[in-house]
Amino acid sequence: MTTNTNRRNFLKVSAAAGGGFLLGFSILTSCEQKAVATMTPELVMPAEFTEFAGFIRIAENGVVTIMNPNPEIGQNVKTSMPMLIAEELDVDWNNVIVEQGKLDTEHFTRQIAGGSQSIRQGWTPLRTTGATARAMLLAAAAQKLETDVSELRTENGMIYGPGDKEISYGEVAALAVTIPVPDEVELKKPEDFKIIGKNTKNVDGRKIATGKPLFGMDVRREGMLYAGVIQPPAFGMELSSFNADAALAMPGIVDVIEIDCAPEGKELQWTDSATVRKQIAVVGNSTWQVMQAKKAVEVEWKRVSPAESNAGHRSKMTDLLATGKVAEARRDGNPEAAFKSAAKVIESTYSAPFLPHNTMEPMNFFAHVTDEKAELHGPIQTPEFLEKTIASLFDMDPADIEVGMTRMGGGFGRRLYGSFAVEAALISKAVKAPVKLVYSREDDMTQGTYRPDYLVNYRAGLDENGQLIAFHVRGTGTAGSPVFENRFPAGAVDNYLAENISLDSNISTGAWRAPRSNFIAGAEQAFLDEVAQAAGKDPIDFRLELFDRAMEKPVGENNDYDAERYAGVIKLAREKSGWKGSEGEGVYRGFAAYYCHNSYVAQVLDVTMEGDKPKVGRVCCTVDCGIVVNPEGALNQIEGGIIDGIGHALFGEMTFTEGKPDHENFNTYRLIRHPEAPSSIDVHFVDNGIAPTGLGEPSLPPVIGALANALSAAKGERVYDQPFTKSLRG
Amino acid sequence: MANFSISVNGKSHEVDVDPKTPLLWAIRDELGYVGTKFGCGIGQCGACTVHVDGVAMRSCQMTVENIASRNSEITTIEGLSENGDHPVQQAWLEHDVPQCGYCQAGQIMSAASLLSNIPNPSDEDISAGMAGNICRCGTYKRIHAAVKTAATKMS
Repeated sequence: MTTNTNRRNFLKVSAAAGGGFLLGFSILTSCEQKAVATMTPELVMPAEFTEFAGFIRIAENGVVTIMNPNPEIGQNVKTSMPMLIAEELDVDWNNVIVEQGKLDTEHFTRQIAGGSQSIRQGWTPLRTTGATARAMLLAAAAQKLETDVSELRTENGMIYGPGDKEISYGEVAALAVTIPVPDEVELKKPEDFKIIGKNTKNVDGRKIATGKPLFGMDVRREGMLYAGVIQPPAFGMELSSFNADAALAMPGIVDVIEIDCAPEGKELQWTDSATVRKQIAVVGNSTWQVMQAKKAVEVEWKRVSPAESNAGHRSKMTDLLATGKVAEARRDGNPEAAFKSAAKVIESTYSAPFLPHNTMEPMNFFAHVTDEKAELHGPIQTPEFLEKTIASLFDMDPADIEVGMTRMGGGFGRRLYGSFAVEAALISKAVKAPVKLVYSREDDMTQGTYRPDYLVNYRAGLDENGQLIAFHVRGTGTAGSPVFENRFPAGAVDNYLAENISLDSNISTGAWRAPRSNFIAGAEQAFLDEVAQAAGKDPIDFRLELFDRAMEKPVGENNDYDAERYAGVIKLAREKSGWKGSEGEGVYRGFAAYYCHNSYVAQVLDVTMEGDKPKVGRVCCTVDCGIVVNPEGALNQIEGGIIDGIGHALFGEMTFTEGKPDHENFNTYRLIRHPEAPSSIDVHFVDNGIAPTGLGEPSLPPVIGALANALSAAKGERVYDQPFTKSLRG
Repeated sequence: MANFSISVNGKSHEVDVDPKTPLLWAIRDELGYVGTKFGCGIGQCGACTVHVDGVAMRSCQMTVENIASRNSEITTIEGLSENGDHPVQQAWLEHDVPQCGYCQAGQIMSAASLLSNIPNPSDEDISAGMAGNICRCGTYKRIHAAVKTAATKMS
């Protein structure tokens, strides 16, 4: 294919310091913004985010440095995004050094980690970046070798011409800078890929295994002070007054101040949605001294909004589903009449609790803010929005703000909401020193942007032949319903109704790995098993019948899936898992399939029981994410999503009493541990040559459904409420 | 505040800290060995695992005063091997274990200690021995395989 390099924007080429070639440019992508908006409303982006960019530096000795534009949170983009550039540049991956790019709104766009979109949206632009640089190097080589470009070919950073003519990229890089940027470049055919599709190790693997400073928590600077913040102990409370005399008298404590994180008249971004306006900051010479001094500050809090408990939430959501004012999201046919005529109606209600993110690296950030400029460095999934907030707070020109991204000790959505970085900046400005803000685990777990609690009610109507003729889903949750109205089984049922109701709450919530899908997939896939059972059908056969209908005669418009690819992963999972009606004694199987973040996943999961304790055995997983850029990395993401999903569905639950989170640390809040991981996970990718789609999130949502179905088989009755370990006990 | 002498990675260091300061914060903030990670501060997650006289311990649960009084030898991830080629580190690279990577120094230190106690661990030994280290990314299957590979390398 050919691709256009500069339809709207421009390409910047310059001589790099110390010689060589520096190429950075912004290119429009061809991706459709609408699809992104539909997927993750939390991440709706302004139009300019359809652009993308890359950064290449070629040294005279042939070493190629590729900047990774996007934040690395463990999804491995720091390896996979540069692979796309290197492929088309046609260099030896062993000669490539990857550096993390800073926020650079001139050269890069969509520097964000979210919605599993980095590879999907970077697929064409990043390859075009590499191909353009290669074209310019070729043109420069043609001049030097006094031959025509058509006579030249490239291989592993070398350019070969007729006879024994050859020259390296490094030798022509300086001249390539002067070559006009081509309007169009040719991209490789997938069969010619040398890097894409090959197992490529994490570029930071060695640094991680040897403990090199990579993370925000590891940032150290000359004269740096350490800081901690004190935020309200419960949602709905606000700072009234405080006395810091005792804290200030403690060794190593420099200052205790009040900060205002959202002053009147300042323009905040969506990423500031969880910002606590008034906080107390403790500043000192070491993290430990600051943590101790925080406990010595005497604080008066006042209640400014209702104290909510999660028990109250459940009853409020139950009331909302029964009598609340619903917003109709989608209607096909005549659901009311169809339910009346149905031979059998199945109805169930599913729930899930709040979840903290619990990234292993607690929130932290480095900031050095003076009257003239601001330097911020740390773990952030949304650096551009942070820059905008900082510019508004300090009336500063964005050109005077530098935002650097460290490797992140997990993101999962938590670091989309960068209030901790804003707090660090305010503290630095106030104490006139470089500062590293560090949250304790207790701060991190109790000041979350939690996965919302959800409640969803499903009804299905079957005719006398066991055909699904009516389907109704009505969902509610804190700050929004979890229902995706255009996802399966929409499109496969003649009479369909999806409705939403939102619950207002002062508990801060936000995107959590695979937002909404992380609940609704499990609920929907468990309910479909119930319906299959009522229809007397095998759960896989039942789903495939529906996909056949969706393929042959889709109902309605805007169905948000490709029925053929969906059915494809299901059939593959059936084959690879050796699915049959019933399994061996004491082994209980569950099936689920889901489509989100533009990728299709199906899973078969085995469970055995020891009393009321489940042990997950084999998980068989099939994935259609199009071309797999880095198979080993992709496998790691799929395995991780499965383990993460099983863990949270079994154990995860944050509860609140009078607005106060009931768990503060891992002594009472349980994450999945090594012995609880499945005994084996085997993953099969569909090889179809389609442009790649999301991988960081899609394996998590369905595994909760597969687990629910396996546990229901084990228990002999359905499990409806997460965390499942609680349902199994009770 | 008081002066203590602690031995980290074969070198003696003087630190002037509150005697109750956890070893974790002394080695990170005072000595700059930031490879040892802060995760929970209460000995539950394993991110801060170091070797104290060759045994894996949670550095957030040990005080500087205690370590100094026992003349314990501390090994952090930076000191596990001179060239980053301890068999466990090699196995971690071979299996491309990390996702975010934050917990992995602690995982590696626990694995190295496990293998020095049980050179040929069974699956159950590995599961039990690594149960104290949380990985939110869910790399447990890779960790498990890497420990086995490291055992082979060390035998």
